[in-house]
Amino acid sequence: MEFQIPDFAPAYPEIFLLCMAGAVLLLDLFLGKRFRNLAYGLSIASLLATIAMIIGSSQQATTFNGMFLRDLMGDILKIAVMLFTIMVFIYSRIYQQDRHIFKGEYFVLALTAVLGMMVMISAGNMLLLYLGLELLSLSLYSLIAMRRDSLHATEAAMKYFILGALASGILLYGMSMIYVTTGTLDLAQIHAAIRTGDSANLVLSLGLVFVVVAIGFKLGAVPFHMWVPDVYQGSPTSVTLFLGSAPKLAAFAMLMRLLVGGLENMSGQWQQMLIILALFSIGFGNIVAIAQTNMKRMLAYSAISHVGFFLLGVLSATPDGYAASMFYILVYGFMTLGSFGMILLLSNKDSESDMIANFKGMFSAHPLYALVMTLLMVSMAGIPPLIGFNAKLAVINALVESRLYWVAVVAVLFSVVGAFYYLRIVKFMYFDQPGEAIRLNGGMEMHTLLTINALALILGLPWIGWLIRICNSALAQLS
Amino acid sequence: MTFEHIVFYAISLILLVSGLLVVTVKNPVKAALFLILCFVSGAALWLLLEAEFLALTLILVYVGAVMVLFLFVVMMLDINIAEMREGFVRYLPVGGVVAVLMMLEMAMILASSKTGLVERSHPVSHGADYSNTAEIGSVLYTDYVYPFEIASVLLVVAIVAAIALTMRKRPQTKKQTPSRQIATRAGDRLRMVDLKSEKKQP
Amino acid sequence: MTDVTTALAWLPDFIEPLLTWLPIWAQILVSSLLKIVLILVPVLLGVMYLTFAERKIIGYMQVRVGPNRVGPRGWLQPIADTLKFLTKEVILPTNANVYLFIIAPMLSLVPALAAWAVVPFLDGWVLADIDASLLYILALTSIGVYGILVAGWASNSKYAFLGAMRAGAQVVAYEIAMGFALVGVLMAAGSLNLREIVLHQSGGLFQWYWLPLFPLFVVYFISGVAETNRAPFDVAEGESEIVAGFHVEYSGIAFALFFLAEYANMILISTLTSLLFLGGWLSPFDGLDWLTELPVIGLLFGNGLHWLLIKISLFLLFFLWFRATFPRYRYDQIMRLGWKVFIPVTLVWILVMGFAMFYTPFGHWFH
Repeated sequence: MEFQIPDFAPAYPEIFLLCMAGAVLLLDLFLGKRFRNLAYGLSIASLLATIAMIIGSSQQATTFNGMFLRDLMGDILKIAVMLFTIMVFIYSRIYQQDRHIFKGEYFVLALTAVLGMMVMISAGNMLLLYLGLELLSLSLYSLIAMRRDSLHATEAAMKYFILGALASGILLYGMSMIYVTTGTLDLAQIHAAIRTGDSANLVLSLGLVFVVVAIGFKLGAVPFHMWVPDVYQGSPTSVTLFLGSAPKLAAFAMLMRLLVGGLENMSGQWQQMLIILALFSIGFGNIVAIAQTNMKRMLAYSAISHVGFFLLGVLSATPDGYAASMFYILVYGFMTLGSFGMILLLSNKDSESDMIANFKGMFSAHPLYALVMTLLMVSMAGIPPLIGFNAKLAVINALVESRLYWVAVVAVLFSVVGAFYYLRIVKFMYFDQPGEAIRLNGGMEMHTLLTINALALILGLPWIGWLIRICNSALAQLS
Repeated sequence: MTFEHIVFYAISLILLVSGLLVVTVKNPVKAALFLILCFVSGAALWLLLEAEFLALTLILVYVGAVMVLFLFVVMMLDINIAEMREGFVRYLPVGGVVAVLMMLEMAMILASSKTGLVERSHPVSHGADYSNTAEIGSVLYTDYVYPFEIASVLLVVAIVAAIALTMRKRPQTKKQTPSRQIATRAGDRLRMVDLKSEKKQP
Repeated sequence: MTDVTTALAWLPDFIEPLLTWLPIWAQILVSSLLKIVLILVPVLLGVMYLTFAERKIIGYMQVRVGPNRVGPRGWLQPIADTLKFLTKEVILPTNANVYLFIIAPMLSLVPALAAWAVVPFLDGWVLADIDASLLYILALTSIGVYGILVAGWASNSKYAFLGAMRAGAQVVAYEIAMGFALVGVLMAAGSLNLREIVLHQSGGLFQWYWLPLFPLFVVYFISGVAETNRAPFDVAEGESEIVAGFHVEYSGIAFALFFLAEYANMILISTLTSLLFLGGWLSPFDGLDWLTELPVIGLLFGNGLHWLLIKISLFLLFFLWFRATFPRYRYDQIMRLGWKVFIPVTLVWILVMGFAMFYTPFGHWFH
């Protein structure tokens, strides 16, 4: 048998993280009761160590017969995923403790979700995209359901699970059609097969439709968005924080690997599908968000609209557009973390404090956090000079460069509509009287990090050019 | 028509009919049993394709384990069949239209000359001494070792998740600890009391 | 596909010329049917007399005499029992699911008998010498549980249902340990074919797998006992709690089928244990040439069917012995043993084996 042991070196970060997830599981099992914060500290430490490993070994490589890709885009996304996860852990510690879900399993499942995202991000094969996605989703379903005594959480988990399973089925169906026409699961080979073959192939297009629909489901783009508000609202806020941020990066990687890495020569077809998804998402998300009274639900609709916006960059089908999208999604994840972090800050043992009204009069009670929230909301709305604006600008730029003027105009119009509900919160905080005394929750580390998180949106401005350049060079490597 | 053709069509017929019955039959337990029949027929078709490892594993895993647990749950559910059927007529028009449309669309694509499906050459039929199991094993643990390991991580996560979601300590549950039970000695439970025999009253 | 000559192999020589006038497909059909009869008749007779042996042996163990009225020393007892079963009415409980109620005993018996198709009795004496025969056996024995579940559910009775649930959970739990034990055998023999597994053990008593795979051997046999729902794992019937378990509503021949399946499974498990861990038809003196070359007795000391029968009988004796000696396990103890003891034991041993085979000089122990 001729078989060469594959080169494990590019995958060391993944292997290390998996081992650490196992270690957290076992240590928590045997020491859990005595060292309550052990899993917490260990998880953060192992994520930091993994980040260090990725930075230390940054390279462009393929291994495991082309199933595992290591490139700059993957490395950046992985680092971002892990940073976001660390922030999630820090933000949600007190919240979790209050609700008795500060358990070893929470950290193990979060780590395996991160592993799933890493697998997706560096997948060079449709099989791995699917497996990574399932690893991520399975961990998320159970993270949501972890709060057993809450009916809302169980309902959210059920909804997410059933629709997620449906989406996985659709994804597999699409992948099988692509497999039937190209005869391979390997994305590079699919790319080659389509370039030489007939890209007007109907079964191939049908496969593409299924794949795009499945990704639409996973991202929560209109018209496949119905689970998003319910799941965001029903999940424990600590989990919403997680599932609203990091997985979006993995989904971006999936889009890149699949649509650009594999089906790039069909861009004419997927461009049109994505235009529909993107514009409907932006429009619907922004308009419905206005009517919300629940903060988490409002942020869910805002997530839908942001997903639409980031799809705009992808659909321009140019490396610049992809880079703009990547930048957008990184910034968006960062802003989401802050926004949900604010809800966590207000929540306490007895109440979720996830109504918009809870923010009334924030300025008079806690001016610092009113400022934090203002920065977050203004950045989300895409108002200059905050980073959120630059992100939107980059995407619009890419659209204009690919001569999709009307799409750009519609997108800008709807984001103006969207600004309304973000600014309404600012108005509540500064001009309304508080309903009841606002108590802040969370530990010292959370307060610091949350403040940094928001301030970075304005203080980080000088480094924006650098970030965009990195995204550009990462995406230039890809295609 | 060779013997294999006859077997193929017979088994396929069983597969299709039982598949149809899974969704039409009223009693959920019977539906589950028909699903088992589906799996068995599917396994038989795989045998015809000389994929004996897959066929037997399908039976072992799906029929022998997954469906047993399925049946467990279905049998213990108290399902009111009449209630379940209530919505059927109401949703029939919409559902029917969607189904028919989908079928038409699929037919249009598959019947079109532009499907791009090409007939591939028949795979080589191997002799009786060809071990499909060894072949799958050697591919699975070499070329596909990475997805294989990820799939195993997925299973571990499933176990962890299932245990995390179902195991909870309820104060009212009573349970025994076998090691402590075994370690007990008669002296812990039983006290020998020396009773003086009473003297018979005169 | 098999040609006629191999299809006819190991049928007595005089049969072959009798069939030559038939078309080839009919020859294969008839010879296969003959072979099936040749396997099943002894199995069924074995079942009949196993019931008799059980009552007698347990009787002696408990200082009783056992059945001794029908025929000389009770030897005709099983025949009388069969006749009685055949003549009794099959009662259908009210509101039972008639079809499933009647199918259930068959579902239980068919896998128990069909598994014999790949069991080799001697080198070449096997109905279907297929490549993956071990997998086939695993697959078929895993189907057997449906008979139990369906019977319990279709009877429309609480006791039957409870029994079925218990039995079902137990069978599924122990199947895993059993499967893992077989993985060890598979690793040692490097084949899924039962005949090859047996031949791989040739070379005398100490080459048999019971020694290097001792933990797996023990786990396999005990799981086999649990798998057949026999004492001390017979909570499924638990006479003292739920009357007779899943088949409480069955009577007459339908009940007899369950009975038949249980005993056929016992014989099957004993046969498999002998084949997998005790070298099947191989003689323990295999390799001692001076002994096997003795004029008449040498034939007895050499390999042969008689060794297989002796080994099977030994394991069957164990089955009966367990029943006579051990008190019944409590249900949670059964589950604990299966999940928390047997599965880890097998997993660890597989790990040890794999490590030893490739990284230590003791690898040849396992090959």
